[in-house]
Amino acid sequence: MSIILSDISKNFGSFAALHNINLEVPEGELVALLGPSGCGKTTLLRIIAGLEHTDQGSVIINGENKTSQNVSQRGIGFVFQHYALFRHMTVFENVAFGLRVKPRHTRPSNEIIKKKVHALLDLVQLDWLHDRYPDQLSGGQRQRIALARALAVEPSVLLLDEPFGALDASVRKDLRLWLRNLHHDLNVTSIFVTHDQEEAMEVASQVVVLNHGHIEQQGSPSEIYDNPTNAFVSRFIGQTNVFDLDEHDNEWLRNVGIINANSTGRIAHVRPHDILIEKSESHQDATATLKDWQHLGALIRLELVKNDHHASKSLFAEMPKEQFKALALKIGDVVKLKIRHAHWFH
Amino acid sequence: MNTHSISHPPAKGHGAKQQQALQDPNWVRWSLIAIALGFITLFICLPLGLVIYQALSKGIEAYWTALTQADTLAAIRLTLLVAIVTVPLNTLFGITAAWAITRFEFKGKSFLTTLIDLPFSVSPVISGFIFVLLFGAEGWFGKLLATYDIKIIFSAPGIILATLFVTFPFVARQLIPLMQEMGHQEEEAALSLGASGWKTFYSVTLPNIKWALLYGVLLCNARAMGEFGAVSVVSGHIRGLTNTLPLNVEVNYNDYDVVGAFASASILAGLAIVTLVLKTLLEWKQTSR
Repeated sequence: MSIILSDISKNFGSFAALHNINLEVPEGELVALLGPSGCGKTTLLRIIAGLEHTDQGSVIINGENKTSQNVSQRGIGFVFQHYALFRHMTVFENVAFGLRVKPRHTRPSNEIIKKKVHALLDLVQLDWLHDRYPDQLSGGQRQRIALARALAVEPSVLLLDEPFGALDASVRKDLRLWLRNLHHDLNVTSIFVTHDQEEAMEVASQVVVLNHGHIEQQGSPSEIYDNPTNAFVSRFIGQTNVFDLDEHDNEWLRNVGIINANSTGRIAHVRPHDILIEKSESHQDATATLKDWQHLGALIRLELVKNDHHASKSLFAEMPKEQFKALALKIGDVVKLKIRHAHWFH
Repeated sequence: MNTHSISHPPAKGHGAKQQQALQDPNWVRWSLIAIALGFITLFICLPLGLVIYQALSKGIEAYWTALTQADTLAAIRLTLLVAIVTVPLNTLFGITAAWAITRFEFKGKSFLTTLIDLPFSVSPVISGFIFVLLFGAEGWFGKLLATYDIKIIFSAPGIILATLFVTFPFVARQLIPLMQEMGHQEEEAALSLGASGWKTFYSVTLPNIKWALLYGVLLCNARAMGEFGAVSVVSGHIRGLTNTLPLNVEVNYNDYDVVGAFASASILAGLAIVTLVLKTLLEWKQTSR
């Protein structure tokens, strides 16, 4: 089911949490709302769910205007950040809840509920826990039960608030992949909120970057990474080196190859893998010195200090491990930099 | 000479020193325990024992006659009536107030929270007096009530109103901190799953607050049955009509009917003990959950 948000604004007292949000989520997508904390992403999710009212604008789900509809009638599935499982009910009863509270004429029989709940628990691979209570489960298990509970009512839209936020790193990695696969199988339009750009890029088919209650950019993960529309997005998504032209010697800039060919921007953002490094023979033509390096698995991250008259922050470059070995660089060696691609901003 | 002896075998090195630093000397500990125990014996156990001793001082038969005389039975009936009316009402009010305060944002919320405590901070005599001023013969509504021949002061309705006022905070005070700590995510989850507001309250909120609620109801009941000051002002002490058990104790005592006074008192004391046991049980239930 598609979701259309038009012109949504929300204030909390004098604080404007969202202004004039326009967003369209096509059917079957898995969308990440990404942004730093306090950017309004959770508020937006809660507005879609009906847990929060808008000051202005409308929420249209599958062609129906749901703006004034109560959360219990919207037919959405909501997975809370801290799961919000009913602590006095077993796992089975938690998942069955949404079916049991249906009005009598649409409520399935006990047998059907039983079958359905076990099928859902099988789907999240936790049927063996059906008679446990939430406080006997691990974080990852609770998360999956919360998801099964939300899916039980066959929601037209699935909303997840920081679904992996409270989990430890290894569980998080597994669950991300699992969620992506689950979405692929179920194909229900889903939106999740996250502040972790890596998570958004890995899981989502569409990423919406929010900041200060505005949408900064919306697109596929690769669009957002390769063509950030503004400095905020560029800096927020992945590592980037920032060069302000006014803070560098012209000669140094010419040597490393930063040429502002086609825009009026004065600030260049350069991804670490867009900095090429050669070993320098002499100190004269060297543009930087290797200060330190770190192992990132298949990549090596090099921390470099510029050799020019402006003191400034370190630069970061990345290269494959083999290449780093071939260069045989040591800390303190001088190097030549070549920047092969930059994004320009004002 | 070692006044700082320790009950555990001392550990090596500064382990022993640490233990000494954390533990008061024996004489301090024992004298504190003795003072506490002495206090409890003198001011709680002794009077309680005395109540039962005095009630039975002329034999079990006299005790039974005292309990079954018409005025005492009427007092028991009135006390039960007051409790049966006030406790459910205050349970309802308490839940409503706790719900409003923990679930909604509105102007004057902190004022309301303070107001709930008012009956605790005001002397019960004044609480009773308020109702006399309102509904008494010379009170604001006195004339109006007289024209319709409705009697509030010096009759059961006044006693019920005064008791309602005095016992109002018990349930709300138990629920507010708990509901604040619980947050409302579980309720939001229930709503998002399609449950109605009532269903959400009944199947999600209530199970989570039930022990605290019972605890509040228990305290409310104990006070409703035991209240003296406020009730004394509005009751008028009409024998067999407007005397509750605590008032009956006073009336009997003033008549030098020692056995009668202490027989009534023993019922109230018994109620207190039952309340205490149930309270301990509930507290244990709450923490073991």
